[in-house]
Amino acid sequence: MPFTQKLLATAMAVGLLIFIIETVRRRKLREEYAWLWVLVGIIVLVLALWPALLKRITDLLGIELPVNTVFFFGLMFIVFINLHFSVKISLLTNQVKRLAQELAIKESRSRPADGEEGQRIQDSQGPGDGCAG
Amino acid sequence: MNLSQPDKEILILIPVYNEAASIRGLVGEIRELHPEIPVLVVDDGSVDGSAAAARAGGARVVRHPFNLGDGAARQTGFLYALRAGYRFLVHLDGDRQHAPAEIARFIDFLRRDEADLLVGSRFLGSCAYPLSPGRKIGMQLFSLICSLVIRQRITDPTSGFRGMNRRALKVFTGGYYPQHFPDADVIISAHFRGLRIREIPINVTPSRSANLHRGGTIVYYIYKMLLSTFVSSLRLKRDRIEF
Repeated sequence: MPFTQKLLATAMAVGLLIFIIETVRRRKLREEYAWLWVLVGIIVLVLALWPALLKRITDLLGIELPVNTVFFFGLMFIVFINLHFSVKISLLTNQVKRLAQELAIKESRSRPADGEEGQRIQDSQGPGDGCAG
Repeated sequence: MNLSQPDKEILILIPVYNEAASIRGLVGEIRELHPEIPVLVVDDGSVDGSAAAARAGGARVVRHPFNLGDGAARQTGFLYALRAGYRFLVHLDGDRQHAPAEIARFIDFLRRDEADLLVGSRFLGSCAYPLSPGRKIGMQLFSLICSLVIRQRITDPTSGFRGMNRRALKVFTGGYYPQHFPDADVIISAHFRGLRIREIPINVTPSRSANLHRGGTIVYYIYKMLLSTFVSSLRLKRDRIEF
């Protein structure tokens, strides 16, 4: 691996790690989502500093060119993280739905006509509490 | 309050989304027929003043802060009924396709405790319900799938005129209830969670907005229903609720 390539890859990995840590520090990225990206940064850094490892993995998997190993795992990662986000979005959608429903029921309580019943609704804890869709 | 001891009998639920033109008259008609039964309108974030129209007609109103979907609107009504201590709930669509006069039959059936979930079927009745060929094939397909999966003949799984008791209310608020298109998958998951289901004939006046409020395209509907029906019949044994 030529020195310039190694330098570029290392710089990119270090830059990525610094960016991730800085966004976490500023509370713009939550820790539970940061770990995947920290992992990517570390893997890129390790492979940049130790290209022989990439060659060995490539041979082990029977892939011809090391660059294809990078593409393969890169794509796998993108598919995985997108699926992960879809699951998270579904969870958030269910939670937002339930919050809106609870809010709507609570607000109806403040209307005089629905007052007594609404009060009882608020006092009770139904089995429906929770965020099940 | 003890949730297992309901002290009120029946709640009539009408989920609406932009039905200001018809909701006041519908609520008024129901109140006239059954002055003793409260009517709850769940307004799913309408922008046309449906909530005020429903209130003017004499309904209690629960209003979503934004549009959530027809299934979510029904579920909000279920949650309200369960917590307020109602024994039975009957829900119908807000576009006047369902006749308030038929609510009494639902109530009779519910009181007899022969079923936990009553589905009003427009195909069991005497009147022929006009359908476009595409919709007809779709409905037959889903009623076939539904009937095969639960091994009980279901002729109208998309019906929005249904009645239920507290067992069903608990099932539909405690676990899965689809946010959109609560149709065949609801019946299937109700069956697998141990609810007794029964269809009763109803007469339906076809209305213009009957298609509109379901939203979405027919392709998405078929995809959603097939997937949802499939998973509903998979995840069942462990979801069974003990009463």
